[in-house]
Amino acid sequence: MYKTRLWAVRHARAFETLYNLLEKSLVKLHPIMAKIGYSRLEKPVAAMEQLCKGVLFDCQMCGQCALSATGMSCSMNCPKNLRNGPCGGVRQNGHCEVKPEMRCVWVEAWKGSQNMQDSQQIFAVQLPVNYAIKGRSAWLGKVKEIVQYQEPKSK
Amino acid sequence: MIFHDEPVPGKMLPILEGHTSAGRLERVLRAGHFAVTSELAPPDSADPNDVFARAHVFDGFVDGMNATDGSGANCHMSSVGMCALLTRIGYAPIMQISCRDKNRIAIQGDVLGGAAMGVSNMLCLTGDGVQAGDHPQAKPVFDLDCMSLLETIRGMRDKGEFLSGRQISSPPKVFLGAASNPFAPPYDFRPHRLAKKIVAGAQFIQTNYCFDVPRFKEFMARSRDLGLLEKVFILPGVGPMASAKTATWIRNNVPGIHIPDAVIKRLAGASDQKREGQNLCVELIQQLREIEGVSGIHVMAYRQEESVADIIKRSGVLQGRTPWYPGRDQQHFAESTQK
Repeated sequence: MYKTRLWAVRHARAFETLYNLLEKSLVKLHPIMAKIGYSRLEKPVAAMEQLCKGVLFDCQMCGQCALSATGMSCSMNCPKNLRNGPCGGVRQNGHCEVKPEMRCVWVEAWKGSQNMQDSQQIFAVQLPVNYAIKGRSAWLGKVKEIVQYQEPKSK
Repeated sequence: MIFHDEPVPGKMLPILEGHTSAGRLERVLRAGHFAVTSELAPPDSADPNDVFARAHVFDGFVDGMNATDGSGANCHMSSVGMCALLTRIGYAPIMQISCRDKNRIAIQGDVLGGAAMGVSNMLCLTGDGVQAGDHPQAKPVFDLDCMSLLETIRGMRDKGEFLSGRQISSPPKVFLGAASNPFAPPYDFRPHRLAKKIVAGAQFIQTNYCFDVPRFKEFMARSRDLGLLEKVFILPGVGPMASAKTATWIRNNVPGIHIPDAVIKRLAGASDQKREGQNLCVELIQQLREIEGVSGIHVMAYRQEESVADIIKRSGVLQGRTPWYPGRDQQHFAESTQK
């Protein structure tokens, strides 16, 4: 919902803390999840993720969440799917060129990011979206990525 | 400026040291000259002579011409098609690539095709939304955005590989450009976005119409603070407005264009509004030239292309330099033997 989405951006800092906590707990759960099997978990976790993030951020399930780099404003709600900042068409009142009734996703993102602890993440260049993983759980994807990164170190 | 190795259509100039392309635009900018580029509106026709005639009006006044890619989301001849025609007779087009109509497979193919035809400059754009143009029913693609497009082409050029990692046997040697709009919110993020574009591979920047000089100065000052001005050539955009009515219409209907009230008032108060629009354009060029970090000017004179030569002449920015055009040197030769 549009209003909830704007509310979430206003509380970007709180969601950042919550997200960091969630990430840490999920990483800790990795041994259990690995035992159950990630492929088996994929569907239910993705469904849960879609529900939570759908209500809060109007999540589009791109499968590669960038909320922490976009001030908790989901950039896939931009009609141009911009992942790296606002286009030049933003109206003088801060609304979208394509949907005049909507505030620009990136005007919101910039506001949200500046309230976050890690306000620098918005400056990182985001890679092209991988449409092959659209619809999959970004949370599980992130956990697998972190674990893969840690494992060679511990060996 | 005359290069000792003048271009022969169909043959590439050598790539000089420290340059990434063989193009004249990069050479002019790196040599420290004030560069002039202009917007070449594509015809709604399949006649090559329509393209040549439109390019011809800029002869001797521009270092590069932007072959637009469905600007304003309106359908015209494609930028690749225009570049194919222009490079045939030696012009130096800036091939615009918009992310609105093509996915990464089509775009990378066009980059190779364009470079093979002799296109040395490519401008990476996100593109206007389809709602702005004559086909609002079209499916917007936006597979990449301008930033990932820059990175993609830079990867093709510097790493010699497609986005997929597959090898390219002869990489496209291009000078990469991007757009910037300092006049749209969020203003304090705009210099940071410029920084991101530079990181992603932008070597030159063309901006949207610049009528608000104080705001542009502020943008440049912030960009200087971020250390960006040494890393990129910035060409602010200007253009003559035909009348106060046109300016008002553009302000209200074209996304991302900011025209202050003072400009519209000045146009409305003039007896010859068209002439006043051109005078204002000349003044803007002269003011912008003085700002630190401005390396050239980009003239967008939609439906007034014939006025560009006069505007550039009056602004004095070329300082006696005659940018190359087909037949320039024969002309010089004829003039020098007559004397």
